[in-house]
Amino acid sequence: MKILVPVKRVVDYNVKIRVRSDGSGVELANVKMAMNPFDEIAVEEAIRLKEAGVADEIIAVSIGPQQAQETLRTALAMGADRAILIKTDGVVEPLAVAKLLKGVAEAEGPSLIILGKQAIDDDANQTGQMLAALLGWAQGTFASKVEVEGERLKVTREVDGGLQTVDLKLPAIVTTDLRLNQPRYASLPNIMKAKKKPLDEKAPADFGVDVTPRLTVLKTEEPQGRKAGVKVGSVAELVDKLKNEAGII
Amino acid sequence: MNFGLTEEQQLIVDTTRAFVENELYPHEAEVERTGHLRMELVNEIQAKAIAAGLYAANMPEEVGGAGLDTVTWLLYEKELGRANYALHWTCVARPSNILLAGSDAQKEKYLYPCIRGEKWDCLAMTEPGAGSDLRGMKASAVQDGGDWVLNGTKHFISHADIADFAICFMATGEEETPRGKKKKITAFFVDKGTPGFSVRDGYRNVSHRGYTNSILEFDDCRIPADQVLGEVHKGFEVANTWLGATRLQVGATCLGRAERALEHSVEYAAQRSQFGQSIGKNQGVSFKLADMATELKAANLMVFEAGWKFDQGTVTDQDMAMAKLKATEMLAYVADEAIQIHGGMGLMDDLPLERIWRDARVERIWEGTSEIQRHIISRAMLRAKGA
Repeated sequence: MKILVPVKRVVDYNVKIRVRSDGSGVELANVKMAMNPFDEIAVEEAIRLKEAGVADEIIAVSIGPQQAQETLRTALAMGADRAILIKTDGVVEPLAVAKLLKGVAEAEGPSLIILGKQAIDDDANQTGQMLAALLGWAQGTFASKVEVEGERLKVTREVDGGLQTVDLKLPAIVTTDLRLNQPRYASLPNIMKAKKKPLDEKAPADFGVDVTPRLTVLKTEEPQGRKAGVKVGSVAELVDKLKNEAGII
Repeated sequence: MNFGLTEEQQLIVDTTRAFVENELYPHEAEVERTGHLRMELVNEIQAKAIAAGLYAANMPEEVGGAGLDTVTWLLYEKELGRANYALHWTCVARPSNILLAGSDAQKEKYLYPCIRGEKWDCLAMTEPGAGSDLRGMKASAVQDGGDWVLNGTKHFISHADIADFAICFMATGEEETPRGKKKKITAFFVDKGTPGFSVRDGYRNVSHRGYTNSILEFDDCRIPADQVLGEVHKGFEVANTWLGATRLQVGATCLGRAERALEHSVEYAAQRSQFGQSIGKNQGVSFKLADMATELKAANLMVFEAGWKFDQGTVTDQDMAMAKLKATEMLAYVADEAIQIHGGMGLMDDLPLERIWRDARVERIWEGTSEIQRHIISRAMLRAKGA
């Protein structure tokens, strides 16, 4: 079985996000970038399926600038077999990403596509679902457990009420939730080997996809700072404030 | 000249940093407060380090290491150096390169088990009466039939308490040199449990809590001739040829801790508010940050330039002495200023600064004191003038 794992290059989760002074977006200059953590979970799950003998090839794909190659190298160093970089400049919206991934899926013929449920930069949570719709494949989103049983896939999903288990026919789309697994470190010997693994470069035109954004960002601003709380002297005062100031009770 | 990192180097830095932050930092408080590194903890972290390929990464690929060049190895050392020394040294061990000098049988017995994490090594040179003056050592080995008989004392021997064997440098004769009589030295593998070889607790010291040093005593300790490492009387040469860039290793670990101290300082200067503004707005604080960052950068450039020259085969003793001198003295300065910026809070063990400050002290002493480094640097200049 072939598994396709899309990975996105995002601002490292440890970085304190700053808005550009002109409000046009988030400051990316000289900021540490890394693989979207949910995508790391997706890569790890694919590797585990390969180690379990279920999958025989893992293809990592990233859509972004030349530097997204670094993110692909991380995926290769973790254990992906080869990588595809679809080079783009500027913002690519989830629908365009889904269309490009559909193109890759048609060219590569994977039985399973594992994606992060969302990227931590725009939190859109759309690509996996859109891709499933475009391909007409089954989807198991917010996965906390994935089991392959022959031509079928059992996906445990984290939903509001608890856990839901869905039974899917392959080929299928899975999007990962936080508790699916604990991603491994890219080991030092594998980092050295990653350089030798193939990394192909493509352009959106190769898939006949127009990536021009359809949305316009009007403004990006920092969230308001938290205001200091107040101390109350008694329960009576607390109840009074909740009733008359906060209007909660 | 290229000062940038390759993709692989960046990935190695990222992996090592992530490992240090996720697997070592959470245990620092325990080790610092108890002064003790539990074996269960060591085993747990060691297994993770082996899985991540970080364990014994200093070793060549053909013996099971990561096969890093010197620059990349130093990048890895710099990241490990951010954490408590006992934790990274024991749980992510870098066995001594001198093990590569052994015979095939010695490699089977000592090198490979160290790389696999089944054994620990330790290196015994220093004596109460012989520190920098290694060739003035008193502990000796005398040939008796096919065996060697070892007598004497070694001290300050790092990690000897957990080590399974020691590589011991012993005087095996004396020779006349232009600078007077010097000892001929031979290196031996001595296994724990060999009759006549005992290890007792060393001293409690100011730096690196959880790190141990021991006193080794040899009392008619008899070992067979195949325990000699390298050639007889060539122990000094074996050490010089095989030990590798240990001074740069010390320098690199200092860079990591200085970077950590600086990061804390910048954060604190930006967040801490007094008299209605962040303390970083005061030049008394902001200029400290500027000087700390500049010193750190200078040391960083020196360590990695020397590492790069090591890979080119053009490095000199002065290059490495300068890098070690600068990095260790820089760390002392940066750690001290970091505490000054933090005020009272800098002295509390809730932050890693007081220990970085304590730990900095030993770095100017071991692997050659700052004075020995200055001697090496100046000697090269003066000898060229016939002085």
